[in-house]
Amino acid sequence: MAHHDINMPVTAEQVREWRIGDTVTLNGTLYGIRDGTHIHMFDRGRKTRFDMSGHAVIHTAPNVRKVEKSKAHPTGYAPLCIGTTTSARMERFSRPLMEQYGVRVIIGKGGLAEGSLSAFKDLGGAYLAIVGGAAALETTWVEAIEDVDLDDLNPESLWKFRVKGFGPLLVSMDSRGGSIYTQVNKAAREKRAAALASLGVKNS
Amino acid sequence: MKVDLKKVEDAAKELYIRALKILPPDVKQGFARLDAAESNPLAKKVLGTMIRNISVAEETDNLTCQDTGVPIYNVTIGRKVEVDGCDLEAAITRGCARATNEHPLRSSVVHPITRVNDHTSCGIRIPAIHVGFSDQPEELTIQMIPKGSGSENNSWLRMAIPAEGVDAIKAFVIDCVLDAGGKTCPPTIVGVGVGGSADLCMYLSKVAATRALGTRCADSEGAKLEQELTRAVNDLGVGPQGLGGDSTAFAVHVELAATHITMNPVAVNMQCHAARRASATFTPKGVTYGF
Repeated sequence: MAHHDINMPVTAEQVREWRIGDTVTLNGTLYGIRDGTHIHMFDRGRKTRFDMSGHAVIHTAPNVRKVEKSKAHPTGYAPLCIGTTTSARMERFSRPLMEQYGVRVIIGKGGLAEGSLSAFKDLGGAYLAIVGGAAALETTWVEAIEDVDLDDLNPESLWKFRVKGFGPLLVSMDSRGGSIYTQVNKAAREKRAAALASLGVKNS
Repeated sequence: MKVDLKKVEDAAKELYIRALKILPPDVKQGFARLDAAESNPLAKKVLGTMIRNISVAEETDNLTCQDTGVPIYNVTIGRKVEVDGCDLEAAITRGCARATNEHPLRSSVVHPITRVNDHTSCGIRIPAIHVGFSDQPEELTIQMIPKGSGSENNSWLRMAIPAEGVDAIKAFVIDCVLDAGGKTCPPTIVGVGVGGSADLCMYLSKVAATRALGTRCADSEGAKLEQELTRAVNDLGVGPQGLGGDSTAFAVHVELAATHITMNPVAVNMQCHAARRASATFTPKGVTYGF
């Protein structure tokens, strides 16, 4: 169970070192992406000007405040509350994000499925679990909103955050086919029969 | 008692913000209870982060969770309260939009087909406003629930048949918890609606999911089911965030309604660990806030 303190971006070789159960703390650039962003980028042919190669994306749509543009707030947005949404809805976009944009790391909550796991294996990637619903804490790890693209989709814009000490996050899906979600889900389903028996359920 | 609608509007705004920032004491106690009993070290760490987040939110005057949810207002009107219902709904809707623009909050509400976001947290039939009545003579209560989408997306209805009996209800709840895994941001409050019609059953599951921890179903059969199911879902090992552990649900809550001789409906709606609610009570003495 190693801990990796990382300055973004990362290489495939670096990410392939990570194993489920390891922890990772990110520093530098982190991109925020959401349902609408993916739909527009992959189903409606829109492109971003951002270079996400070797970078991490987090499944989020933040609460922001409109402010005067300044050095601290170059986009005119100040971060108010940044937290993480359920990843499962964005499952089918993991591979194209990695193939077309070179994204290496996906941060989210609740996990992704087999398609993403095979993309991590083929292309060298990983999924990092953040504690969902712990947005007040997560916000303290975000230094600034450095840039924003596709902002007509606000709040589902493509956000470029600068983060410091973002974590520790748990490697819950790795590039070797390991997934804590698969393990937990399998074990839980194996307990189904016993749970039903304890409830006196005869036919199910 | 005549209700001042400007005060209702202000309260509707205040309630949305309060609900997002301060978790109810019963939920905090629920966390302490789960944390004390949790045997899985990773799960204990995850619970620790959640508990720390509650304090960080209060210290930094921030939202506990970024999801501003689907805004729901539950209005309970006492016997001698004089209010124009249409104006009351309009005042609540204005307050909801004001919270969004003045705090500001992320508007999480879009048109269901065009997906256009008006950035007001309002739209067709949103905020959801439910009106009920009480025999309290001079009291109007407004409860606000920002219902997070991670848990709301895990909602189910099954129109089981009488021949399947209560077994169908129990098995359905277990299977919903298994299907939800970590997607609902566990530990959750699993809300179960039993009986009624399809719409009533689904509604009751939401009432159950948003009820305060420590409260019981008023019907003894329902209360017995709550106890049995709370134990059973926590034997599954899904754990906080679906990463494994003992703490899958704070509780299973059940709400019942009588049903048809041919029907056996069961619905499940879950509340995530950010089990947020806030309430305002209007009396002739003024407004008091609670949960």
